[in-house]
Amino acid sequence: MTTAEMTAAKGATLSRKEKWSRRGPLLPALIFTIIITQAPFLATIFYSLHSWNLLNPGSWGFTGLSNYVDVFTDSEFYTAALNTVIVTVGCVLVALVFGLGLALLLDRPFFGRGVVRTMLITPFLIMPVASALLWKTSMLDPTYGLVDAVLGPIGLGGIDWVGEYPMASVLAALVWRWTPFMMLIILAGLQSQPRDILEAARMDGASNWQTFRFMTLPFLRRYIQLAGLLGSIYVVNTFDEIFMMTQGGPGIATTNLPFYLYQRVFQGFDVGQAAALGVVVVILTIIVATFALRAIFTAISGKEVSE
Amino acid sequence: MKRRAGGTALTIIAWALGIMFVFPVFWMVLTSFKQEADAYTDTPTFVFKPTLDQYKLVFDGGLGPYLANSLIATVVSCLLVVALAVPAAYALSIRPVKGTKDALFFFISTKMLPVVAAIVPIFVAAQQINLLDNVWALVLLYTGMNLPIAVWMMRSFFQEVPAEVLEAAKIDGAGLRTELTKVLLPMVAPGIAATALICAIFAWNEFFFAVNLTAINGPTVPVFLVGFITSEGLYWARLSAAATLAVLPVVIVGWIAQRQLVRGLSMGALK
Repeated sequence: MTTAEMTAAKGATLSRKEKWSRRGPLLPALIFTIIITQAPFLATIFYSLHSWNLLNPGSWGFTGLSNYVDVFTDSEFYTAALNTVIVTVGCVLVALVFGLGLALLLDRPFFGRGVVRTMLITPFLIMPVASALLWKTSMLDPTYGLVDAVLGPIGLGGIDWVGEYPMASVLAALVWRWTPFMMLIILAGLQSQPRDILEAARMDGASNWQTFRFMTLPFLRRYIQLAGLLGSIYVVNTFDEIFMMTQGGPGIATTNLPFYLYQRVFQGFDVGQAAALGVVVVILTIIVATFALRAIFTAISGKEVSE
Repeated sequence: MKRRAGGTALTIIAWALGIMFVFPVFWMVLTSFKQEADAYTDTPTFVFKPTLDQYKLVFDGGLGPYLANSLIATVVSCLLVVALAVPAAYALSIRPVKGTKDALFFFISTKMLPVVAAIVPIFVAAQQINLLDNVWALVLLYTGMNLPIAVWMMRSFFQEVPAEVLEAAKIDGAGLRTELTKVLLPMVAPGIAATALICAIFAWNEFFFAVNLTAINGPTVPVFLVGFITSEGLYWARLSAAATLAVLPVVIVGWIAQRQLVRGLSMGALK
């Protein structure tokens, strides 16, 4: 009997006092989380219905939904929303594919596997600000960068990657950082796969590809979903790479919603407008998290679902 | 025979990809030992006379206080997270009652909330209670940022403890206190360590709150890196030294504890 079943069986007969003594240990964490995460959000909704500019103390007043009208009539907002989708979907998809490939490579024993795994997880440990700097300067600089040194001999030298291909540059840095994260989760899944069943499949004459396609991939589905979901939660909030590499530019080519919001707050100091934008961002994030993710999962694992 | 050749090829590919992934970091560390002139060669160079000048310049540039702030924000917030998450995970896994599933869902749902959407009221609140530009505001925020993930992960580690072990302890007459300290905590200690490690990585590397809420008295290492560029122009070698120092603690701890890292990351939602 598992712990949960045991307590569930007892649960029916617990007194009210006993129930609260069991909930008790949960309360500090719960209350803390509510205060830190929910209170600011409620305040955001409240502010979003008011006009308030930090630089103008007399500006406070109820304005209804006019801040929201401002958000939706600003064309930059739509670009920022689209960029957020491109960054999130692009980074998560590519990192998942790379992560899966690397995890499969690392799943079999070979000389120096531990060292290779250590090298591969390093980008995930690197401070994002440092990683963004590293990519902007040492890797992608048109004259002194390593990418220039590698691609120069084949006629692709002297390209100002961050300036000319800002979105691709940001995505390169992000994929580099998130691929190890995906790999670690998928690798953990691979290593928890029961070996005897794979052996049995091989005995029955299944090819490597068949065992992967019909056994390993379906088994990994939960892990791939978890990696995609957790990754998306973090990637949708991407700020560091944008701030350090492009400042949202050139123009607004790489401005995503977090960076756009940051600009509204700390350059315009218009609290009401920024708050309305924040509320909209939350709602959009929830939509992305539910719909876009579902689309990604169907793309990855849809085939074996239908079979 | 064919299989062995294929195996060797895969091994070489794995090594090549591993080196490719770590190379930017290796290059950063290498650059940090160069003179600025060596860092700016048209063809990147591996041959140079190594120097510690850049590291000296970074410390003279005042890295110390930033390191101290980062250390406070990371260590204290991790301690708070553990202190709050262990009882919560215990309540959620060993002795759950009605409503605990909802609590679990609530915790993870808070991670869906973009932090940028909360920055306005957090900024205003910090200003009003005099915690603006104060590292303790970061401590509170990092605790709130990591607590949901920590509760989620720790719960799954607690759930791995077989119920029989706890029953046996009870039959032997162990009270709640003994049960906790002598039986349960030793068994979940690796899980607590894994969770704390992941929280520490996120706290040490956090930039958004740090750059927006601190300036002079409370800024952390990522803010130091930013200030470094804007105030002095781009000195690659010096910047590399600063970045190397900034990432070093987490990278070393992460390398040493990679087994825990894998466990912590993968267990979370899968139990």
